Amino acid sequence: MEFFGPHSWTDALAVKAEHPDATPIAGGTDLMVELNFGRTRPAALLDLTCVPELAGWQRHDGVVRIGAGVSYARIITELGGLVPGLAKASRTVGSPQIRNRGTVGGNLGSASPAGDAHPPLLAAGAVVEVASVRGARRIPVAEFFTGVKRNALAPDELVAAVEVPVATGPQEFAKVGTRNAMVIAVCSVGLSLDPVARAVGAAIGSAAPTPRRADEAERFAAGELADRGLWDSGGELDAAVLARFGELVAAAAAPIDDVRGSAAYRRHALAVLSRRTLGWAWAAYRRSL
Amino acid sequence: MRLTCTVNGQRRQADGVWEGESLLFVLRDRMSLPGSKNACEQGECGSCTVYLDGLPVCACLVAAGQAQDREVVTVEGLATGDDDDLDPVQRAYLDAGAVQCGFCTPGLVVATHDLLHRSGRPTDPEIREALAGNLCRCTGYEKILDAVRLAAARMAADPAAGDPAAADPAAGDRTAGS
Repeated sequence: MEFFGPHSWTDALAVKAEHPDATPIAGGTDLMVELNFGRTRPAALLDLTCVPELAGWQRHDGVVRIGAGVSYARIITELGGLVPGLAKASRTVGSPQIRNRGTVGGNLGSASPAGDAHPPLLAAGAVVEVASVRGARRIPVAEFFTGVKRNALAPDELVAAVEVPVATGPQEFAKVGTRNAMVIAVCSVGLSLDPVARAVGAAIGSAAPTPRRADEAERFAAGELADRGLWDSGGELDAAVLARFGELVAAAAAPIDDVRGSAAYRRHALAVLSRRTLGWAWAAYRRSL
Repeated sequence: MRLTCTVNGQRRQADGVWEGESLLFVLRDRMSLPGSKNACEQGECGSCTVYLDGLPVCACLVAAGQAQDREVVTVEGLATGDDDDLDPVQRAYLDAGAVQCGFCTPGLVVATHDLLHRSGRPTDPEIREALAGNLCRCTGYEKILDAVRLAAARMAADPAAGDPAAADPAAGDRTAGS
Protein backbone atom coordinates (compact mmCIF):
# COMPACT_ATOMS: atom_id res chain seq x y z
CA MET A 1 0.00 0.00 0.00
CA GLU A 2 1.15 3.50 -0.77
CA PHE A 3 0.32 6.63 1.21
CA PHE A 4 0.02 10.03 -0.45
CA GLY A 5 -0.33 13.16 1.64
CA PRO A 6 -0.50 16.08 -0.80
CA HIS A 7 -0.36 19.60 0.62
CA SER A 8 -2.23 21.31 -2.22
CA TRP A 9 -5.33 20.68 -4.31
CA THR A 10 -3.25 20.66 -7.50
CA ASP A 11 -1.04 17.94 -6.08
CA ALA A 12 -4.05 15.96 -4.84
CA LEU A 13 -5.63 15.97 -8.30
CA ALA A 14 -2.30 15.00 -9.88
CA VAL A 15 -1.99 12.02 -7.52
CA LYS A 16 -5.57 10.94 -8.26
CA ALA A 17 -4.94 11.23 -12.02
CA GLU A 18 -1.80 9.13 -11.79
CA HIS A 19 -3.27 6.67 -9.26
CA PRO A 20 -7.00 6.40 -9.95
CA ASP A 21 -7.12 3.36 -7.66
CA ALA A 22 -5.95 5.42 -4.68
CA THR A 23 -8.73 5.64 -2.10
CA PRO A 24 -9.30 9.14 -0.74
CA ILE A 25 -9.34 9.46 3.04
CA ALA A 26 -10.44 12.47 5.08
CA GLY A 27 -12.00 11.83 8.49
CA GLY A 28 -11.45 8.09 8.09
CA THR A 29 -14.71 7.34 9.89
CA ASP A 30 -15.82 4.91 7.17
CA LEU A 31 -12.60 3.84 5.50
CA MET A 32 -10.58 3.10 8.64
CA VAL A 33 -13.27 0.72 9.87
CA GLU A 34 -12.93 -1.20 6.62
CA LEU A 35 -9.15 -1.22 6.98
CA ASN A 36 -9.18 -2.19 10.67
CA PHE A 37 -11.41 -5.17 9.92
CA GLY A 38 -9.44 -6.25 6.87
CA ARG A 39 -12.40 -5.74 4.55
CA THR A 40 -10.50 -3.55 2.14
CA ARG A 41 -6.89 -3.25 1.05
CA PRO A 42 -6.69 -0.28 -1.32
CA ALA A 43 -3.62 0.05 -3.52
CA ALA A 44 -3.01 3.46 -1.97
CA LEU A 45 -4.45 5.96 0.46
CA LEU A 46 -4.82 9.56 -0.65
CA ASP A 47 -4.97 11.66 2.50
CA LEU A 48 -6.83 14.91 1.93
CA THR A 49 -6.51 16.39 5.43
CA CYS A 50 -3.46 18.49 4.53
CA VAL A 51 -5.09 20.14 1.49
CA PRO A 52 -5.82 23.72 2.59
CA GLU A 53 -8.24 24.40 -0.28
CA LEU A 54 -10.66 21.82 1.15
CA ALA A 55 -10.60 23.13 4.68
CA GLY A 56 -12.68 26.28 4.45
CA TRP A 57 -16.08 27.61 3.48
CA GLN A 58 -17.12 30.82 1.76
CA ARG A 59 -20.41 32.59 1.23
CA HIS A 60 -21.10 34.25 -2.11
CA ASP A 61 -24.22 35.11 -4.10
CA GLY A 62 -26.69 33.38 -1.83
CA VAL A 63 -24.66 30.18 -1.73
CA VAL A 64 -22.36 28.69 0.88
CA ARG A 65 -19.50 26.77 -0.70
CA ILE A 66 -18.38 24.21 1.87
CA GLY A 67 -14.99 22.66 1.23
CA ALA A 68 -15.03 18.87 1.16
CA GLY A 69 -12.76 18.76 4.22
CA VAL A 70 -14.91 20.85 6.56
CA SER A 71 -15.88 18.74 9.58
CA TYR A 72 -19.40 18.23 10.89
CA ALA A 73 -18.32 19.93 14.13
CA ARG A 74 -17.46 23.08 12.18
CA ILE A 75 -20.70 22.98 10.20
CA ILE A 76 -22.59 22.86 13.50
CA THR A 77 -20.72 25.73 15.13
CA GLU A 78 -20.12 27.94 12.08
CA LEU A 79 -22.96 27.32 9.62
CA GLY A 80 -26.07 26.75 11.73
CA GLY A 81 -27.56 30.07 10.61
CA LEU A 82 -26.80 29.80 6.89
CA VAL A 83 -27.59 26.14 6.23
CA PRO A 84 -29.65 25.01 9.23
CA GLY A 85 -30.87 21.77 7.66
CA LEU A 86 -27.34 20.52 7.07
CA ALA A 87 -26.27 21.75 10.51
CA LYS A 88 -29.14 19.90 12.20
CA ALA A 89 -28.28 16.72 10.34
CA SER A 90 -24.59 17.15 11.24
CA ARG A 91 -25.66 17.33 14.87
CA THR A 92 -26.96 13.74 14.62
CA VAL A 93 -23.79 12.28 13.13
CA GLY A 94 -21.92 9.80 15.33
CA SER A 95 -20.40 11.31 18.46
CA PRO A 96 -18.27 14.37 19.23
CA GLN A 97 -15.15 12.41 18.24
CA ILE A 98 -16.71 11.40 14.91
CA ARG A 99 -18.01 14.91 14.21
CA ASN A 100 -14.52 16.31 14.79
CA ARG A 101 -13.20 14.14 11.95
CA GLY A 102 -16.05 13.31 9.58
CA THR A 103 -16.70 15.57 6.58
CA VAL A 104 -19.50 16.20 4.12
CA GLY A 105 -17.02 15.49 1.34
CA GLY A 106 -16.46 12.05 2.83
CA ASN A 107 -20.18 11.48 3.19
CA LEU A 108 -20.62 12.26 -0.53
CA GLY A 109 -17.63 10.10 -1.46
CA SER A 110 -19.00 7.12 0.48
CA ALA A 111 -22.48 7.80 -0.96
CA SER A 112 -24.14 5.57 1.59
CA PRO A 113 -27.94 5.56 1.32
CA ALA A 114 -27.86 6.30 5.07
CA GLY A 115 -25.50 9.29 4.92
CA ASP A 116 -26.91 11.95 7.24
CA ALA A 117 -25.78 14.91 5.13
CA HIS A 118 -27.60 13.75 2.02
CA PRO A 119 -31.29 14.47 2.77
CA PRO A 120 -30.66 18.11 3.77
CA LEU A 121 -28.43 18.64 0.74
CA LEU A 122 -31.13 17.20 -1.53
CA ALA A 123 -33.91 19.19 0.15
CA ALA A 124 -31.93 22.41 -0.22
CA GLY A 125 -31.00 21.78 -3.86
CA ALA A 126 -27.23 21.64 -3.29
CA VAL A 127 -24.65 21.20 -6.03
CA VAL A 128 -21.55 19.01 -5.71
CA GLU A 129 -18.37 20.45 -7.16
CA VAL A 130 -15.98 17.76 -8.34
CA ALA A 131 -12.62 18.15 -10.05
CA SER A 132 -9.81 16.33 -11.78
CA VAL A 133 -6.75 17.40 -13.72
CA ARG A 134 -9.16 17.61 -16.68
CA GLY A 135 -11.13 20.36 -15.00
CA ALA A 136 -14.02 20.93 -12.62
CA ARG A 137 -17.71 20.16 -13.03
CA ARG A 138 -20.80 20.86 -10.98
CA ILE A 139 -23.31 18.08 -10.37
CA PRO A 140 -26.73 18.69 -8.80
CA VAL A 141 -26.74 16.52 -5.70
CA ALA A 142 -29.93 14.81 -6.94
CA GLU A 143 -27.86 13.44 -9.85
CA PHE A 144 -24.79 12.62 -7.76
CA PHE A 145 -25.96 9.35 -6.20
CA THR A 146 -26.06 6.58 -8.78
CA GLY A 147 -26.54 3.46 -6.65
CA VAL A 148 -25.86 1.90 -3.27
CA LYS A 149 -22.55 3.47 -2.21
CA ARG A 150 -22.00 4.62 -5.79
CA ASN A 151 -21.70 8.16 -7.08
CA ALA A 152 -21.05 10.11 -10.25
CA LEU A 153 -17.30 10.58 -9.64
CA ALA A 154 -15.01 9.46 -12.44
CA PRO A 155 -11.98 7.44 -11.29
CA ASP A 156 -9.70 10.47 -11.53
CA GLU A 157 -12.09 12.88 -9.78
CA LEU A 158 -12.32 14.09 -6.21
CA VAL A 159 -15.07 15.99 -4.41
CA ALA A 160 -13.91 19.60 -4.02
CA ALA A 161 -16.89 21.19 -2.29
CA VAL A 162 -20.61 21.29 -1.96
CA GLU A 163 -22.54 24.45 -2.72
CA VAL A 164 -25.62 24.88 -0.56
CA PRO A 165 -28.10 27.72 -1.12
CA VAL A 166 -28.30 29.99 1.92
CA ALA A 167 -31.57 29.13 3.64
CA THR A 168 -34.36 31.65 3.09
CA GLY A 169 -36.72 29.85 5.47
CA PRO A 170 -36.89 27.12 8.11
CA GLN A 171 -35.19 23.77 7.51
CA GLU A 172 -35.58 20.57 9.51
CA PHE A 173 -33.98 17.15 9.76
CA ALA A 174 -35.28 14.10 11.57
CA LYS A 175 -33.86 10.63 11.87
CA VAL A 176 -34.96 7.38 13.46
CA GLY A 177 -32.44 5.36 15.42
CA THR A 178 -32.08 3.38 18.62
CA ARG A 179 -30.35 6.13 20.58
CA ASN A 180 -29.28 9.72 20.14
CA ALA A 181 -25.63 9.05 19.39
CA MET A 182 -23.68 6.68 17.14
CA VAL A 183 -26.72 5.78 15.11
CA ILE A 184 -26.89 4.83 11.46
CA ALA A 185 -30.25 6.12 10.33
CA VAL A 186 -33.07 3.59 10.14
CA CYS A 187 -34.61 6.28 7.98
CA SER A 188 -34.34 10.05 7.83
CA VAL A 189 -36.03 13.09 6.34
CA GLY A 190 -34.65 16.47 5.32
CA LEU A 191 -37.12 19.28 4.82
CA SER A 192 -36.64 22.79 3.51
CA LEU A 193 -39.08 25.70 3.15
CA ASP A 194 -38.14 28.39 0.65
CA PRO A 195 -40.50 31.35 1.13
CA VAL A 196 -38.72 33.32 -1.62
CA ALA A 197 -39.20 30.71 -4.34
CA ARG A 198 -42.34 29.50 -2.52
CA ALA A 199 -40.98 25.98 -2.78
CA VAL A 200 -40.81 22.99 -0.46
CA GLY A 201 -37.86 20.58 -0.48
CA ALA A 202 -38.21 17.08 0.94
CA ALA A 203 -35.73 14.22 0.78
CA ILE A 204 -35.32 10.83 2.40
CA GLY A 205 -32.35 8.78 3.57
CA SER A 206 -31.89 5.09 4.35
CA ALA A 207 -35.09 4.26 2.52
CA ALA A 208 -34.02 3.52 -1.06
CA PRO A 209 -30.84 2.41 -2.88
CA THR A 210 -29.81 6.07 -2.86
CA PRO A 211 -30.86 9.12 -0.90
CA ARG A 212 -33.58 10.73 -2.99
CA ARG A 213 -35.99 13.64 -3.24
CA ALA A 214 -39.70 13.11 -2.73
CA ASP A 215 -40.70 15.16 -5.79
CA GLU A 216 -44.40 14.50 -5.71
CA ALA A 217 -44.63 15.38 -2.02
CA GLU A 218 -42.69 18.58 -2.68
CA ARG A 219 -45.06 19.63 -5.48
CA PHE A 220 -48.11 18.73 -3.41
CA ALA A 221 -47.00 20.79 -0.41
CA ALA A 222 -45.96 23.78 -2.51
CA GLY A 223 -49.28 23.60 -4.39
CA GLU A 224 -51.35 23.49 -1.21
CA LEU A 225 -49.44 26.41 0.33
CA ALA A 226 -49.93 28.47 -2.83
CA ASP A 227 -53.58 27.53 -3.48
CA ARG A 228 -54.58 28.37 0.07
CA GLY A 229 -52.59 31.62 0.10
CA LEU A 230 -50.74 30.44 3.18
CA TRP A 231 -47.33 31.94 2.36
CA ASP A 232 -48.94 35.39 2.69
CA SER A 233 -51.56 34.72 5.34
CA GLY A 234 -49.32 32.58 7.52
CA GLY A 235 -52.37 30.51 8.28
CA GLU A 236 -52.31 27.07 9.83
CA LEU A 237 -51.49 24.07 7.73
CA ASP A 238 -54.38 21.63 7.68
CA ALA A 239 -53.82 18.27 9.38
CA ALA A 240 -55.12 16.54 6.27
CA VAL A 241 -52.46 18.30 4.18
CA LEU A 242 -49.72 17.23 6.59
CA ALA A 243 -51.01 13.66 6.53
CA ARG A 244 -51.16 13.56 2.73
CA PHE A 245 -47.66 15.03 2.56
CA GLY A 246 -46.46 12.22 4.83
CA GLU A 247 -48.09 9.61 2.63
CA LEU A 248 -46.45 11.05 -0.48
CA VAL A 249 -42.99 11.14 1.13
CA ALA A 250 -43.40 7.52 2.20
CA ALA A 251 -44.52 6.65 -1.33
CA ALA A 252 -41.23 8.01 -2.68
CA ALA A 253 -39.31 5.37 -0.71
CA ALA A 254 -38.17 1.97 -1.94
CA PRO A 255 -36.99 0.55 1.36
CA ILE A 256 -35.70 -2.91 2.22
CA ASP A 257 -36.01 -5.15 5.27
CA ASP A 258 -32.69 -5.26 7.10
CA VAL A 259 -31.23 -5.51 10.60
CA ARG A 260 -32.10 -1.90 11.38
CA GLY A 261 -35.77 -2.07 10.44
CA SER A 262 -38.37 -3.51 8.12
CA ALA A 263 -39.49 -1.86 4.89
CA ALA A 264 -42.98 -1.43 6.32
CA TYR A 265 -41.62 0.26 9.44
CA ARG A 266 -39.48 2.59 7.36
CA ARG A 267 -42.46 3.65 5.23
CA HIS A 268 -44.51 4.29 8.35
CA ALA A 269 -41.71 6.22 10.06
CA LEU A 270 -41.05 8.32 6.96
CA ALA A 271 -44.67 9.42 6.90
CA VAL A 272 -44.47 10.38 10.57
CA LEU A 273 -41.11 12.18 10.26
CA SER A 274 -42.13 14.12 7.17
CA ARG A 275 -45.46 15.15 8.68
CA ARG A 276 -43.64 16.35 11.79
CA THR A 277 -40.80 18.15 10.03
CA LEU A 278 -43.21 20.02 7.74
CA GLY A 279 -45.29 20.92 10.79
CA TRP A 280 -42.22 22.20 12.69
CA ALA A 281 -40.94 24.15 9.70
CA TRP A 282 -44.35 25.69 8.99
CA ALA A 283 -44.75 26.70 12.63
CA ALA A 284 -41.31 28.36 12.49
CA TYR A 285 -42.27 30.16 9.28
CA ARG A 286 -45.47 31.48 10.88
CA ARG A 287 -43.51 32.73 13.88
CA SER A 288 -41.12 34.53 11.54
CA LEU A 289 -43.86 36.59 9.87
CA MET B 1 6.87 4.23 6.00
CA ARG B 2 8.25 6.56 8.63
CA LEU B 3 5.90 8.56 10.86
CA THR B 4 7.06 11.60 12.79
CA CYS B 5 4.75 13.49 15.11
CA THR B 6 4.61 15.11 18.51
CA VAL B 7 3.17 12.90 21.21
CA ASN B 8 2.60 14.29 24.69
CA GLY B 9 5.00 17.11 23.97
CA GLN B 10 7.81 14.90 22.69
CA ARG B 11 8.95 14.53 19.10
CA ARG B 12 8.42 10.86 18.29
CA GLN B 13 9.30 8.74 15.29
CA ALA B 14 8.18 5.32 14.17
CA ASP B 15 9.67 3.33 11.31
CA GLY B 16 8.20 0.49 9.31
CA VAL B 17 4.68 1.78 9.81
CA TRP B 18 2.18 0.05 7.53
CA GLU B 19 0.29 2.63 5.48
CA GLY B 20 -3.08 1.22 6.46
CA GLU B 21 -2.56 1.00 10.21
CA SER B 22 -4.24 3.26 12.70
CA LEU B 23 -2.76 5.91 14.94
CA LEU B 24 -4.03 3.79 17.82
CA PHE B 25 -1.83 0.87 16.75
CA VAL B 26 1.16 3.18 16.43
CA LEU B 27 0.62 4.63 19.89
CA ARG B 28 0.09 1.30 21.62
CA ASP B 29 2.40 -1.05 19.75
CA ARG B 30 5.15 1.18 18.37
CA MET B 31 5.39 3.96 20.95
CA SER B 32 4.66 1.96 24.11
CA LEU B 33 1.72 4.14 25.08
CA PRO B 34 -0.97 1.59 25.97
CA GLY B 35 -3.19 4.08 27.82
CA SER B 36 -5.49 4.52 24.82
CA LYS B 37 -7.47 1.31 24.68
CA ASN B 38 -8.25 -0.83 21.65
CA ALA B 39 -11.79 -2.13 21.81
CA CYS B 40 -14.22 -1.73 18.92
CA GLU B 41 -11.84 -0.47 16.21
CA GLN B 42 -14.77 1.27 14.53
CA GLY B 43 -15.25 4.52 16.41
CA GLU B 44 -18.21 3.25 18.41
CA CYS B 45 -16.78 3.01 21.91
CA GLY B 46 -14.46 5.98 22.39
CA SER B 47 -11.95 4.04 24.49
CA CYS B 48 -9.14 5.16 22.16
CA THR B 49 -9.98 8.87 22.43
CA VAL B 50 -6.90 11.11 22.09
CA TYR B 51 -6.35 14.74 21.22
CA LEU B 52 -5.22 15.30 17.62
CA ASP B 53 -4.20 18.94 17.13
CA GLY B 54 -6.33 19.82 20.14
CA LEU B 55 -9.52 17.98 19.15
CA PRO B 56 -10.67 14.71 20.70
CA VAL B 57 -10.83 11.97 18.07
CA CYS B 58 -10.92 8.19 17.94
CA ALA B 59 -7.31 7.14 17.35
CA CYS B 60 -8.56 3.92 15.72
CA LEU B 61 -10.05 5.99 12.87
CA VAL B 62 -6.96 8.08 12.16
CA ALA B 63 -4.65 6.57 9.57
CA ALA B 64 -1.12 6.64 10.92
CA GLY B 65 0.11 8.84 8.07
CA GLN B 66 -2.56 11.42 8.84
CA ALA B 67 -0.76 12.16 12.12
CA GLN B 68 2.43 13.16 10.29
CA ASP B 69 3.78 16.41 11.81
CA ARG B 70 0.69 16.74 13.97
CA GLU B 71 0.34 16.97 17.72
CA VAL B 72 -1.11 14.06 19.66
CA VAL B 73 -1.92 14.06 23.37
CA THR B 74 -2.91 10.76 24.94
CA VAL B 75 -4.24 10.06 28.40
CA GLU B 76 -0.60 9.55 29.46
CA GLY B 77 0.04 13.18 28.57
CA LEU B 78 -2.55 14.71 30.87
CA ALA B 79 -0.37 14.28 33.98
CA THR B 80 2.76 12.47 35.02
CA GLY B 81 0.73 9.78 36.74
CA ASP B 82 2.37 10.07 40.13
CA ASP B 83 -0.20 9.78 42.86
CA ASP B 84 0.00 13.44 43.77
CA ASP B 85 0.19 14.63 40.18
CA LEU B 86 -3.04 13.57 38.59
CA ASP B 87 -5.12 15.76 36.35
CA PRO B 88 -8.21 16.97 38.24
CA VAL B 89 -10.32 14.85 35.91
CA GLN B 90 -8.36 11.71 36.78
CA ARG B 91 -8.53 12.55 40.49
CA ALA B 92 -12.29 13.06 40.29
CA TYR B 93 -12.81 9.72 38.51
CA LEU B 94 -10.94 8.01 41.35
CA ASP B 95 -12.66 9.92 44.12
CA ALA B 96 -16.14 9.44 42.66
CA GLY B 97 -15.67 5.71 42.16
CA ALA B 98 -16.22 6.12 38.44
CA VAL B 99 -13.72 3.39 37.56
CA GLN B 100 -14.68 -0.28 37.61
CA CYS B 101 -12.92 -2.48 35.07
CA GLY B 102 -11.18 0.66 33.85
CA PHE B 103 -11.09 -0.18 30.18
CA CYS B 104 -13.23 2.77 29.09
CA THR B 105 -11.67 5.15 31.61
CA PRO B 106 -8.79 6.60 29.54
CA GLY B 107 -11.15 7.57 26.72
CA LEU B 108 -13.67 9.02 29.13
CA VAL B 109 -10.95 10.96 30.93
CA VAL B 110 -9.77 12.54 27.67
CA ALA B 111 -13.34 13.32 26.57
CA THR B 112 -14.12 14.83 29.97
CA HIS B 113 -10.87 16.78 29.93
CA ASP B 114 -11.90 18.29 26.59
CA LEU B 115 -15.40 19.11 27.80
CA LEU B 116 -14.21 20.87 30.95
CA HIS B 117 -11.66 22.92 29.03
CA ARG B 118 -14.38 24.09 26.63
CA SER B 119 -17.20 24.51 29.10
CA GLY B 120 -16.37 25.21 32.74
CA ARG B 121 -19.62 24.18 34.41
CA PRO B 122 -21.48 21.98 31.92
CA THR B 123 -25.11 21.05 32.47
CA ASP B 124 -26.06 17.38 32.71
CA PRO B 125 -27.37 17.32 29.12
CA GLU B 126 -24.07 18.85 27.98
CA ILE B 127 -22.13 16.19 29.88
CA ARG B 128 -24.23 13.41 28.38
CA GLU B 129 -23.78 14.87 24.92
CA ALA B 130 -20.02 15.29 25.32
CA LEU B 131 -19.62 11.69 26.51
CA ALA B 132 -22.10 10.18 24.04
CA GLY B 133 -19.24 8.63 22.07
CA ASN B 134 -17.78 6.78 25.06
CA LEU B 135 -19.27 3.47 26.13
CA CYS B 136 -18.94 1.98 29.63
CA ARG B 137 -20.36 -1.47 30.28
CA CYS B 138 -19.78 -1.51 34.04
CA THR B 139 -20.83 1.63 35.82
CA GLY B 140 -24.23 2.51 34.41
CA TYR B 141 -22.71 5.98 33.92
CA GLU B 142 -24.05 7.51 37.15
CA LYS B 143 -20.65 7.51 38.85
CA ILE B 144 -19.09 8.86 35.68
CA LEU B 145 -21.52 11.78 35.69
CA ASP B 146 -20.66 12.28 39.38
CA ALA B 147 -16.97 12.39 38.48
CA VAL B 148 -17.48 14.98 35.76
CA ARG B 149 -19.54 17.19 38.09
CA LEU B 150 -16.91 16.80 40.81
CA ALA B 151 -14.05 17.70 38.48
CA ALA B 152 -16.00 20.68 37.16
CA ALA B 153 -16.72 21.95 40.66
CA ARG B 154 -13.09 21.55 41.76
CA MET B 155 -11.75 23.23 38.63
CA ALA B 156 -14.20 26.10 39.03
CA ALA B 157 -13.10 26.54 42.65
CA ASP B 158 -9.42 26.43 41.69
CA PRO B 159 -8.92 27.32 38.02
CA ALA B 160 -5.20 26.61 38.24
CA ALA B 161 -6.01 22.98 39.06
CA GLY B 162 -7.12 22.35 35.48
CA ASP B 163 -4.07 23.95 33.93
CA PRO B 164 -1.09 21.58 34.10
CA ALA B 165 1.40 24.33 33.38
CA ALA B 166 0.09 26.38 36.31
CA ALA B 167 -0.31 23.43 38.66
CA ASP B 168 3.03 21.82 37.93
CA PRO B 169 6.00 24.01 37.02
CA ALA B 170 7.75 20.93 35.58
CA ALA B 171 4.93 20.45 33.08
CA GLY B 172 6.24 23.33 31.01
CA ASP B 173 9.65 21.69 30.86
CA ARG B 174 8.15 18.36 29.85
CA THR B 175 6.38 20.00 26.94
CA ALA B 176 9.14 22.21 25.76
CA GLY B 177 12.04 19.90 26.39
CA SER B 178 12.50 16.52 24.77
